[in-house]
Amino acid sequence: MLRVEKLKAGPQPALSFEVADGKCLAVVGPSGAGKTRLLRAIADLDPSGGRVFLDGAERSEVPATQWRAWVRYCAAEPAWWSETPRTGIWFESPHGGVVQAGTRDKLAGDKRLQRLLSSVGLSASHLDRPISALSTGERQRLGIVRALLDDPKVVLFDEPTASLDSANSALIDELVKFLLLAGRTILLVSHDPRQIERLAHARLQLTQVEPLQAPADLGAQS
Amino acid sequence: MEAHPLGLGGLALAAGLIAINAAISIAFRLGLERTLLIASLRMVAQLAAVGVVLKLIFDAQSPWVTLLAGLLMALVAGFEAVSRLERPFATWHAYGLGAGTLLVTGMLGAMYATAGVIGPDPWYQPRVVLPILGMVLGNTLTGISLVLDTITDVASRERAAIEARLALGHTRFMALDEVVRRALKTGLTPILNSMAVAGVVSLPGMMTGQILAGAAPLEAAKYQIMILFVIAGSTALAVTATALGGVLLLTDDRHRLRLDRLLPRKRTSTPNGKKR
Repeated sequence: MLRVEKLKAGPQPALSFEVADGKCLAVVGPSGAGKTRLLRAIADLDPSGGRVFLDGAERSEVPATQWRAWVRYCAAEPAWWSETPRTGIWFESPHGGVVQAGTRDKLAGDKRLQRLLSSVGLSASHLDRPISALSTGERQRLGIVRALLDDPKVVLFDEPTASLDSANSALIDELVKFLLLAGRTILLVSHDPRQIERLAHARLQLTQVEPLQAPADLGAQS
Repeated sequence: MEAHPLGLGGLALAAGLIAINAAISIAFRLGLERTLLIASLRMVAQLAAVGVVLKLIFDAQSPWVTLLAGLLMALVAGFEAVSRLERPFATWHAYGLGAGTLLVTGMLGAMYATAGVIGPDPWYQPRVVLPILGMVLGNTLTGISLVLDTITDVASRERAAIEARLALGHTRFMALDEVVRRALKTGLTPILNSMAVAGVVSLPGMMTGQILAGAAPLEAAKYQIMILFVIAGSTALAVTATALGGVLLLTDDRHRLRLDRLLPRKRTSTPNGKKR
């Protein structure tokens, strides 16, 4: 259960809501309404007011790295810091050695990686291609694989299918449904009303918020 | 071999060379005459004043006066290291990091060289300590500036990749490891270069000075070797401390990238084209 209490992020007034395990909340609203900022604030990637609880634990009481292992922000355009996706997905453990992101058991991690890759229509060979040689859609799907590899409890999807064709979008939809069945909590920012209808159990409508300081003398003169 | 003291007449003769600069400025209508005059007068006044102050400090022969002078040098150097950053920090913490690092590494380097290697009596002999401290500070200052510039620049450009790693649960030091590595490389380049070309392309200033002052060339070379090692060690310490401190300044204890702690990019030159 993800519970958000008076969260203040971006231009929006403080927001409070709850999302139960296995449920998907769609976050909708016009561009600039603060959808991405809301997701980033829940993942604690930007300073924000208010409190966020996961299964009773408040985020400020949980080490930040642990919080983000539970509450995973999955950006619309995944950024990479390595030549190939594989080195971006495998990383050096802080305790020495190379491990799969978040998994203690390398073999189990391997199997999970294979399953995730095939569920989004990719193969292991994609992991060794240079990032620059991958299409935008392939990069986006690899970003989703990377985000799900260590099995976070909450996934904050920011337009997960923005760069995908309908066939690949359908694969992502299936993956999201599977995650929900497995009891994961999902927040979904999407501009596709049909996708929201297919996946979401509830909607959070963000409205365009007026700038704080309207140009004063424009109104006064008219 | 003996030193050749310089008379006032000799100085005047050297000062005459500034006329070349003035002539070029007038011939090409650079409009630099005024700047040239001010720069020359400043240089003369500053160096003369330093000469007088150094004489007072040398005569005092007190560890406290030496320490005070060293502190002052480190603080000025710290300010210089941070004041010309491309993207300065919004708070004074970067200044504290620069000055603190310079103070600690400068003092360590200077003390190691004097008390440990040279061993003058007394060990705080200002005639030995202060010039060495000056050389160490001057070089570490360059390293610190380069490190801070690289860190802020790379972190701003690689923001998306760094935040992707943070979102995956990496710590701030893991997420910024590439930034640190690049900053360290950049910060260490000048001292590595000057060690590589020392004596071949350039005759280092201290060695030149010692030879002019009448020292045997081999003796001067030994001192120069020693000081380059001391500078290399101090610079390595300083750039590492600055790089790690810089990561702490650019992130917070929730492992978030805080580029909001930087001011907008500075213009590299003033409107009339003068550079600092």
